[in-house]
Amino acid sequence: MIDILQSIIPTALFFSAPLIFTALGGVFSERSGVVNIGLEGLMVMGAFVGIVFNLTFADVFGTWTPWIAIIVATIIGALFSIIHAVASVSFRADQVVSGVAINFLALGIGVFLTKQWYGKGQTDMVSQPFFTTDIPFLSEIPIIGPMFFKGIYLTSYLAIFVALIAWYVLYKTPFGLRLRAVGEHPMAADTNGINVYKMRYIAVILSGALGGLGGSVFALTIASNFSHSTIVGQGFMSLAAVIFGKWHPLGAMGAALFFGFAQSLSVVSSGIPLLQDVPQIFLLIAPYVLTILALAGLIGRADAPKANGLPYIKGSR
Amino acid sequence: MKKSKLFVMLAVLLSLGLFLAACGGSGDDKKEDEGKTGDAGKSEETDFSAAMVTDIGGVDDKSFNQSAWEGLQAFGKENGLEKGNGFDYAQSNDKSDYMPNLTRLIRDDYKLIFGIGFELKEDIAKVAEQYPDTQFAIVDDVVEQPNVASITFKEHQGSFLVGVAAAKKTTTNKVGFVGGIDSPLINKFESGFIAGVKSVNPDIEVKVQYAESFGAPDKGKIIASNMFNEGFDVIYHASGGTGNGVFNQAKDIKQNDPDRDIWVIGVDRDQHEEGQIGDHNITLTSMVKRVDVAVQDVSNKTMNGESHGGELLEYGLEDDAIAVATTNSDAMTQDIIDAVNEWKEKILNGDVEVPKTREETKAFLEAL
Repeated sequence: MIDILQSIIPTALFFSAPLIFTALGGVFSERSGVVNIGLEGLMVMGAFVGIVFNLTFADVFGTWTPWIAIIVATIIGALFSIIHAVASVSFRADQVVSGVAINFLALGIGVFLTKQWYGKGQTDMVSQPFFTTDIPFLSEIPIIGPMFFKGIYLTSYLAIFVALIAWYVLYKTPFGLRLRAVGEHPMAADTNGINVYKMRYIAVILSGALGGLGGSVFALTIASNFSHSTIVGQGFMSLAAVIFGKWHPLGAMGAALFFGFAQSLSVVSSGIPLLQDVPQIFLLIAPYVLTILALAGLIGRADAPKANGLPYIKGSR
Repeated sequence: MKKSKLFVMLAVLLSLGLFLAACGGSGDDKKEDEGKTGDAGKSEETDFSAAMVTDIGGVDDKSFNQSAWEGLQAFGKENGLEKGNGFDYAQSNDKSDYMPNLTRLIRDDYKLIFGIGFELKEDIAKVAEQYPDTQFAIVDDVVEQPNVASITFKEHQGSFLVGVAAAKKTTTNKVGFVGGIDSPLINKFESGFIAGVKSVNPDIEVKVQYAESFGAPDKGKIIASNMFNEGFDVIYHASGGTGNGVFNQAKDIKQNDPDRDIWVIGVDRDQHEEGQIGDHNITLTSMVKRVDVAVQDVSNKTMNGESHGGELLEYGLEDDAIAVATTNSDAMTQDIIDAVNEWKEKILNGDVEVPKTREETKAFLEAL
């Protein structure tokens, strides 16, 4: 049993990290009342930028390249998401349509520029991806050490850390209270002197930053190159994690970890006596089935922010 | 008010787009017409011409498309043809490009048109019905029409040989196979590989796992991580983009522990580059499908009047269309290469009949 956990947990952690980042982005955006279907596109952008930066500057920055690459991808992701913010907050476009446009646009730009710059359909593999490390001292602890601290990507811990920060920001600071107020009842927030448009812009840009971060972490820990099929569905899985986690940062993190756990289990299960006879497909679809159940209200109530998806028009009742 | 302005802008933009697209189209047409007259002028020598439509990988994807294009170029060189004048390609940047590309090449009077990759299967089937006088060929899939030649490869033979290499290389006597989608095509890889490994040493354990996707590097990485943890030291992947995750995981292990001997076997093309990590390379070898050989051969045969429409052409070791890469000379020692060549001879002689399905594999193993 311990052996099994020791092989499941590290893989679940690296699988989940990109989903956690992106799901947190989704939480910020949706908590402010802007639906963000564009998470997938933001991840594509992040993956593209992360890989291109890494390929270009690997010689300059050496082993620091992946870290700088994810920072750059975060910034570009934030800038890219402004398109979604402008369309859905200022122009009051349908947020779902705008998000879908983001998905198409990001993939188009990514693949087009890859062909322009590298002259082929996919980039080379990066020479400086993230590598796993053993955390000193902690990895020596019996049982728990090998589970959590041996052969771990530092980005996985960064993801959990960022989730804690996101929870603190959303629930313990005035900024977070305002952001949530804007998503629940924008008119009431407006009457209280909160700038609804500004808050929504900030929230969408934050989701872009986190989506870009998630995409680049996925690219630099798992895929190692960029092509049209690097990010296929991870953004939507993150969106599912947002809903399954009931629009709560820690809930979203838990959901993302659970998805990773289910994926990992589906691979390892062939060696576990009890699960050997369960068809793999059931474990593979478990995350999605649970998300649907959550949406159907079976696992507690999944209440979306009240004003989610509604553009705010000043002065309207 | 604001909204209506937006609509007007959108409408103007769209109509502008239409207008420009129309302009572009007519320009192309002219050029094509010129090309056609050029063809006609040369037609005394040979009026045969061949062209291909790439899938979305593009003509320089370092894989099937590129290989097929090299085959066409070689064919052109052999027969004194020039690009755009006897042979050409049409690049598809999107799945919706397949049909326009195919019809364009038909309009340009190409006698033989290749569709590269299984993604073009449906479109080839459609145009083949509409244009019964043009010859078509599909690579890596089967279209049952009287004017379509289906080009497939004997992947099981190549997989058998890399299986031999894996069996020679493993020190733990455990080797793994990561498949894309559990389908008859990938089962060919699996069957050949298992047969190859067990032919060398029946005691070696082979673990088979499918990712159920050709584009899930995350899944590939989890599977590889699990296999390497359990002591499997050679993994053969036949899973397209999913294999990136396998390479990624192997490289990560090698980076942390350069002394550990772990290997990945690539597929379709020589994946030597993918295995480079510092001064090491974890790509043991690759099972290479020489699409260029097949494309050149089919072009030549069709030019000489042999029609292969409606036929299933299977290219294998005997045509040199399946190869085992030896780029990683540190890992592929002479000993291993000799063993691979020895089994290759046996396959060519007919001493060994490589299994293609799980049932055949079972029978093969029982007979060992």
